[in-house]
Amino acid sequence: MASLNLNGIEKSYGSLKVVHGIDLEIADGEFIVLVGPSGCGKSTLLRMIAGLEAITEGEVRIGGSVVNWEAPKDRGIAMVFQNYALYPHMTVEDNMAFALQLAHRTPADIHERVDRAAAMLGLEAYLKRYPRELSGGQRQRVAMGRALVRDPKVFLFDEPLSNLDAKLRVQMRTEIRELQQRLKTTTVYVTHDQVEAMTMADRIVVMNAGRIEQVGTPLELYDRPANRFVGGFIGSPAMNMLEGAFEKTETGTSFRSAQGAVFAVPPQVAGGVVPGAGAFGIRPEDLTLAPGSGLRAKVVVIEPTGAETMLRCVSDGEALTVVLRERPGVLPGDEVELAVRPGAGVWFDAAGRNCAVLKN
Amino acid sequence: MGSLRMNRGKTLKAALSQTLLTLVAVVMIFPFFWMITTALKPAAEVFSVPPRIVGSELRWHNFIDAWNYLPFSRFIVNGLVVSGIGTAIVLISSSLAAFAFSRLHWRGRDGVFLIYLGTLMIPQEVLVVPMFMIMRELGWINSYAGLIMPWAFTAFGTFLLRQFFMTLPRELEEAATIDGAGIWTVYWRILLPLTRPAMGTLAVFTFIGYWNSFLWPLLIVSDVNMATVPLGLNMFLGQTGNQWNLLMAAATISVIPSALLVIALQKYLVKGIALSGLGGR
Repeated sequence: MASLNLNGIEKSYGSLKVVHGIDLEIADGEFIVLVGPSGCGKSTLLRMIAGLEAITEGEVRIGGSVVNWEAPKDRGIAMVFQNYALYPHMTVEDNMAFALQLAHRTPADIHERVDRAAAMLGLEAYLKRYPRELSGGQRQRVAMGRALVRDPKVFLFDEPLSNLDAKLRVQMRTEIRELQQRLKTTTVYVTHDQVEAMTMADRIVVMNAGRIEQVGTPLELYDRPANRFVGGFIGSPAMNMLEGAFEKTETGTSFRSAQGAVFAVPPQVAGGVVPGAGAFGIRPEDLTLAPGSGLRAKVVVIEPTGAETMLRCVSDGEALTVVLRERPGVLPGDEVELAVRPGAGVWFDAAGRNCAVLKN
Repeated sequence: MGSLRMNRGKTLKAALSQTLLTLVAVVMIFPFFWMITTALKPAAEVFSVPPRIVGSELRWHNFIDAWNYLPFSRFIVNGLVVSGIGTAIVLISSSLAAFAFSRLHWRGRDGVFLIYLGTLMIPQEVLVVPMFMIMRELGWINSYAGLIMPWAFTAFGTFLLRQFFMTLPRELEEAATIDGAGIWTVYWRILLPLTRPAMGTLAVFTFIGYWNSFLWPLLIVSDVNMATVPLGLNMFLGQTGNQWNLLMAAATISVIPSALLVIALQKYLVKGIALSGLGGR
């Protein structure tokens, strides 16, 4: 177990820079999720920590010591790959024992560690099988077992659940989280799935175009996104964005959306607002049906999930999603009026920054 | 009605392809069949008119005569030594080269590979004269080394295995690196075991190539004790008239090692041909 520090990490391929100065402090035992759209540099960053990619600029420290020039095996890390990367010609047992054999551990020690990992992951019955004889979930467990036996200081996961079906993904998500909480091993987990990020992470690192957009706990990111990118990326269904402009009058600051609806900007945010273009971000669950409230929209599709009902609406060409706990008596094609729950919503300036964060 | 017509069409197609395949198989097998029946005929009946498929008697003794006519066991031993060692060297050299060309990164790698691949276009007939001169300089005339070494480093084998290595996911190698494997361990314990089908295919092709090689041994071997099987077969012609029935008996014997190898490695052969894209798919 160890802390992991990234100081000014950069990665270039020739003249093309793909990672731009990443600074990140990860505490001992923390579960960090790197999330972002594909091509944002999250996997590259993970591979630099693992030692599979050279670091162009900056420092990686594991447990306080710089590991930039250490071979992957000497960094005290273990990695789980998206396609599991199990050795097809070795049994489950040999797959798990491989690293230990290369490290010249005694057979008794190897046996004990493999058995312990197998017991932890429920793989005892499969030790003599080959990877091709296992299901996707079992292969995933073997890949984790291979990481476990090495007793690493840091676990690295590279989109480990993307090859599994939806149901198994949810189950494995819980298993990985539960295992990590038991072992308290520092973990860096890469995914493009923001639900995975939200449900698993102690802290989420949102990346975009080779830069960190925001670091924070799942609820911090959800409630107080630093910018439009984070607001739009975190949360499913995605945050609604109303384009419009801020206006300052003697009665206070307000926001006029492109549809003509006017929203009062709360005084605690108004300080960070500059008159001019901006956007109002509203979570789907913060919209309610309220006749006479001003934001008119037409219902296009109704998606009931049982517990909730999702309304896909269009308001003056802009798509709006509404999630309601109650079951509304509306039909596709109906005109509705939407209101924002008091105190909800995030205000973004013309550059996409959160006005509330700017003020603080 | 429609489905009936479709079924009939399918049946017709199947029947047609079956017939065609059977025909091709017969055409392929017939020379072997003729070889074996000729091997069992008395000398006088080999060219009888009209041709007879089976002779008036089955002369099994022809095989013993053929075996004793020349130091045939010596030829077979020579052939096995040359083909066996040659195949082993080809497998090692090709897999190492393929590893370097597919998995290691070095400046000019793909250019060198292209040039190496280009050597496939030079026919053997062009190479034999300079090769012979090199062998003479090395003092390898009439030696196993002279028979084996010129053909032990092939672009064909390297190409075949390189293509196969490239189909293996990179993550396997990376996982092994994280597990603590160096380049040699990756090669020896991860890539090679997974390349068995392609190695089997290459082994069969190489062994048969060495075993059947005629032109090169003819040039480099003048000592009967160093002759390989095809040279031995050639000796049935001309020395004291053509002994066709004995030649066919010897040829039948000479097919056995290759046939056994193909049968033994059949499993890999089909897989290797399918995987490496050698088949006409």
